[in-house]
Amino acid sequence: MIPEFEKFKGFKAKNLPKDEPLSSGHRACQGCGEVLALRMVMKALGKDVIVCNATGCMEIITSPYPHTAWRVPWIHIAFENAASVASGVESARKILARKGKIPKKHVDILAVGGDGATGDIGLQWISGAMERGHDFVYVCLDNEAYMNTGVQRSGCTPYGAMTTTSPPGKKSFGQVTWKKNVPAIMVAHNIPYVATASPAYFVDLMNKVKKAALVKGPAYVHIYSPCPTGWGSAGERSIEISRLAVETKVFPLYEVIEGRYIISRKITKPKPVTEYFKGQRRFRHLDEDHIAYIQRRVDAEYEKLLRLAEMG
Amino acid sequence: MSKRVGIEVSIAIAEAVGLARAEVIPAYPITPQTHIVEHLSEMVANGELDAEFVPVESEHAAMSCCCGSSAAGARTFTSSSAQGLSLMSEILYIPSTMRLPMVMVVANRAMSAPISIWNDHQDIMIQRDIGWIQTFAENGQEAVDLTLHAFRVAEDRNVSLPMIVNIDGFTLSHVIEPIELPDQEDVDKYLPPFKPRYKLDPRRPITMGPVGIPEVYTEAKVAHDKAMKKAKRYILKAWNEFEEIFGRKYNPVESYRTEDAEVLLVTMGSISETAMTAVDVMREAGQKVGLLRIRLWRPFPGQEFRKAVGKTKVLAVIDRCLPPGALCGPVGAELRSLFYKIPGAPKIFSFVAGLGGRDVTVERFQEIVDKARQFAKKRPRELYEVIGVREK
Repeated sequence: MIPEFEKFKGFKAKNLPKDEPLSSGHRACQGCGEVLALRMVMKALGKDVIVCNATGCMEIITSPYPHTAWRVPWIHIAFENAASVASGVESARKILARKGKIPKKHVDILAVGGDGATGDIGLQWISGAMERGHDFVYVCLDNEAYMNTGVQRSGCTPYGAMTTTSPPGKKSFGQVTWKKNVPAIMVAHNIPYVATASPAYFVDLMNKVKKAALVKGPAYVHIYSPCPTGWGSAGERSIEISRLAVETKVFPLYEVIEGRYIISRKITKPKPVTEYFKGQRRFRHLDEDHIAYIQRRVDAEYEKLLRLAEMG
Repeated sequence: MSKRVGIEVSIAIAEAVGLARAEVIPAYPITPQTHIVEHLSEMVANGELDAEFVPVESEHAAMSCCCGSSAAGARTFTSSSAQGLSLMSEILYIPSTMRLPMVMVVANRAMSAPISIWNDHQDIMIQRDIGWIQTFAENGQEAVDLTLHAFRVAEDRNVSLPMIVNIDGFTLSHVIEPIELPDQEDVDKYLPPFKPRYKLDPRRPITMGPVGIPEVYTEAKVAHDKAMKKAKRYILKAWNEFEEIFGRKYNPVESYRTEDAEVLLVTMGSISETAMTAVDVMREAGQKVGLLRIRLWRPFPGQEFRKAVGKTKVLAVIDRCLPPGALCGPVGAELRSLFYKIPGAPKIFSFVAGLGGRDVTVERFQEIVDKARQFAKKRPRELYEVIGVREK
């Protein structure tokens, strides 16, 4: 067990921190589930944090000079390298604290990026930072495509989904590949803490982010982030869709603590994936065969996860 | 007391970085830079240098890590070459406009293809416009001194820019030379602790690296350009202070036997040593030939260069870089631009030599001078000539 977790009593709906390190008034789309998730991440971390942001929606909507939505120190360098920038910040603070140039008080280092910045273009940089063991938290806000550039497919785009570079047509049904399992790649780095989270379960999300920060060494939290603009869904349904993703087993919630899988929310009476697809334009074109395939694969993936959890 | 030792130049540079008390050193190995970072890693491992050596997984990550480190307020150093420097390229433009001081020693090497680990200046010339201050060292002593100077200049609050010291791969990085390693006390006097005006600190939150909309982007770039131009004053000041403490004098442009010269060779980096020998040989034979060596490449010291040329009528400029399809090499182009429509300007002839480790010998310099004299009489058909190309 992780000793740092012992003192942490956990957030509850009644004792949520009042701090808002990420201010309102930013330029996100209406109903953006990503910025909502990011707000929860920041509330969990509080003021003693340095944020290293990858290029992407969250970077552009929060920092159009001379405005900023950030009440905590924040840096953006480029798209693929937030984890390396965080490595630099962490290393600098380590030596500066050792030399007595800054207070010894712990400051969390957060690197944050979208699914493209994390699972595609930035995978090497994250892998390097994880392998080197820097004490930082990497949060992936996964909206399942390159939304900032206009909804192009990424490795995290789900099977069958329509994007501008995986369009359904006479010879295509949308995304032809299954969603890349980025959390599993992080687990393979033998880091102490990996988790998945959803803004529909915000207390769970905040607790996971806090645990990721408490743990010594690298930690990774993969957060489901609905994008009404990219998914063709109604803005007011972002939380509902997030909940359905969990209830249909499409996006299971779990933790991997020192390599041990723990299911956060076991789905005993799953809803069919069609419930989840409803009201998302990106899945509208799917025929019965594809839906049946997705249902089988979702069930199988969930079974795999259960087996991992049973192994303890 | 400083000590004079026989030492490999790469090791001496690492010692200088240690004397500068560098705090974060993200690095990725590439020939011929390796000995510098290996020795730094060793110094950290032995407790001789209290620093964080970050063994990153690529040069791109090295430069990204440097950005984070400098922004968090630590004295930051890295080193690279050729393919590695190019891999960093996307990031190199960022710390300069963001005004994040750091020092990088580039062990200059040819670019692929064909793959070559040997020396020329193609790697750094690709990075000419990244907005870093750049100097070129001629010998080991200068490599050490320019490294210390780079920290002093980069971190000066009036400058706040990243800085590259170029050293020729192998011909400089891997040779053993007698080098005077300065005293720690003197270096501490020359180089006060890094105190950036802005840094990532939860006690004083700031936003670094925001979006530059069209209304502000031009201004951001103009501010960077102004900072580069203004930096020259502080570069010279730091060299003057260097002389006061360490007794060695450095100028943006060095002149060698330029008095009454009819032809001036123009070089950068370590081939200047052979060029000086060539000048001696030619002077011995009664030829009025001299040498100008550019030490400060960015910001370009135009005023100093014009003054150094004096009344000489012919310049033979040597580039260690061949940009295919261009009008001439980058140094040649820079100087043609400098003298464009200036009354009494010298005739400038551009030569490309020493690519991918090809030696530039005394005889080659004689050939260059002979050609420049011919061209001065009869305009050449081409705007530049590549020296020493094998016919078969």
